[in-house]
Amino acid sequence: MTLNPIRFAPPARLASLAFAVAAAVLAGCSSVPLGDTGAPVESRTPGGGGAGASVGAGAGPTTGGGESRVTPVDLSRAANDANDASQRTVYFDFDSYVVKDDYRPLIDRFAKSLASDRKRRLQVEGHTDDRGGREYNLALGQKRAEAVVKSLALLGAADSQVEAVSFGKERPAAQGSDEAAWAKNRRAELNSR
Amino acid sequence: MQPTRHHGLRCLSWFNAWRVVSALLVAAISGFTGPAAAQFRVEISGVGATQLPIAIVKFREEDRATPSLSVSAIIRADLERSGVFKSIDAPGALDENSQPVMPEWRSRAADALVAGSITRLADGRFDIRFKLWDVVKGTVLGGQSTAVEAADLRLAAHRISDFVYEKLTGDKGVFSTRIAYVTKGGGRYTLRVADADGEGGQVALNSPEPIISPAWSPDGKQLAYVSFEKQKAVIYAQDTSSGARRELANFRGSNSAPAWSPDGQTLAVTLSRESGSQLYLMDRSGGNVRRLTTSNAIDTEPAFAPDGRGIYFVSDRGGSPQIYRTSVGGGNVERITFGGSYNISPAVSPDGRTLAYVSRQGGAFRLYTLDLAGNGAQPVALTDTSDDESPSFAPNGRLIIYATRAQGRDVLMTTTLDGKIKARLLATNADVREPVWGPFGR
Repeated sequence: MTLNPIRFAPPARLASLAFAVAAAVLAGCSSVPLGDTGAPVESRTPGGGGAGASVGAGAGPTTGGGESRVTPVDLSRAANDANDASQRTVYFDFDSYVVKDDYRPLIDRFAKSLASDRKRRLQVEGHTDDRGGREYNLALGQKRAEAVVKSLALLGAADSQVEAVSFGKERPAAQGSDEAAWAKNRRAELNSR
Repeated sequence: MQPTRHHGLRCLSWFNAWRVVSALLVAAISGFTGPAAAQFRVEISGVGATQLPIAIVKFREEDRATPSLSVSAIIRADLERSGVFKSIDAPGALDENSQPVMPEWRSRAADALVAGSITRLADGRFDIRFKLWDVVKGTVLGGQSTAVEAADLRLAAHRISDFVYEKLTGDKGVFSTRIAYVTKGGGRYTLRVADADGEGGQVALNSPEPIISPAWSPDGKQLAYVSFEKQKAVIYAQDTSSGARRELANFRGSNSAPAWSPDGQTLAVTLSRESGSQLYLMDRSGGNVRRLTTSNAIDTEPAFAPDGRGIYFVSDRGGSPQIYRTSVGGGNVERITFGGSYNISPAVSPDGRTLAYVSRQGGAFRLYTLDLAGNGAQPVALTDTSDDESPSFAPNGRLIIYATRAQGRDVLMTTTLDGKIKARLLATNADVREPVWGPFGR
């Protein structure tokens, strides 16, 4: 790997940071009613499926709207995907394979989950935007997935638990030929197996 | 269906209307407005294309015997697509037994003339006969007769095209060869095997997940390809006639970009099993896997040179994706492309002299060729489109098939090596991509 400057904090700081993140997440959890869009991280543990987080959204706070208020629940696949995608997706800059610091909490969460149970397995899928050749994009997506896998390993995941694969440009998250769509497609998705 | 001259203009079905309009647009852009351009979706750009004028008369009884397809129209479209021929108006009723009045055909500026007949036989097969004349000399160049089943009518037409092409150019025709491509429509991906004109496609594989990078074995019996049906890239090989398929490479990580060696015994592939996309060789059984390249960069898209000793591939080891060449032994890595910062998808002509590839210039991905024999030869752009992909040479080296985008769809095109004559294959609402041209013989 040529491009892999993963600039994570040293272990001691990292541990405290991870703790802070976990605390924040837990705090968020306890103060938010079931099914809020800020889905609790635990919903993505292996075997968790992923649809659970948004079910029951109707239990949201009933401020305003009076007695006639109806809060819609959308169980369509797209809605659910959009919901958990943010909890398991690392986005990349153009032509980049660097896992940005913003994703440290996300990667840490998955790494801890894997470290806590060595039977857990994770597939990291790299993706690219739709510009350029299919095979070269497949290799670029692979590079992104491998960068994420490397980060996971640094945070405690075992090599045998994670597999980096790529879909190249074959499975875009967003359609379109503008930067907004391209930015959503340059990504790596972490999928429990 | 191939539209004939009269067909295409008289009954303007939606398809035909669309074809005519798009061909006219192309013609307007390229400054060519002759009726031939509007007809077979054949686009002629630039000047100086030397084309042999040929008259192909509608075969006697063709409308009655084979109403669902026109053998003469298939032949006409084949010959036009080759870039070597210009089809000229061929009215009247002639067959292989006629004595054409040569001065008449000369006055129409025809250099060659084809006429024939189709008869339905008692056993349900079709008897197809034809003759080819040299109009200038007033001589018969040859003729054939054959009896085929209905399913082989298109093949019979393509074989007549091959006969004519070979007689008049001295080169082997590629009209009866096959191509493979992938269609995407209705959320499904389908690998198809079709005639060289894209028609008569048959399904080889149907999947809800992407299929990319099909590659013909040199004997034309198997297709290797990458399927994502296991939620990752895995290489399969499939016997096209029996449908029997086997996993060729399913290692940890991604397995992709299969390429057969010219003798069919070895495949070059891209694997990431040791992390990083690198080239490997394996036996056709999938065994005896050995690493070919060792770099810290991406190495992918291997393509064997026709002598089997060299492998062209794409690598970003120099900072941007470029085409390199290595020996099958793994040494002597040599950079081939220098212009621009994105050169991918190498394909080598059957004579080993020309490299076709896709180059990004500005924001456009365009088909280029590079003369491999000439020292310091400059790359030549063959198109002015901006999303070209996946070039593949016809087995006689005279045409390149590639994918591009038109009217918001993935489409297949063929082009002559000088880029002057292009034809769009297939009229379908599906996305068509990943074309690869099969070998001679079937």
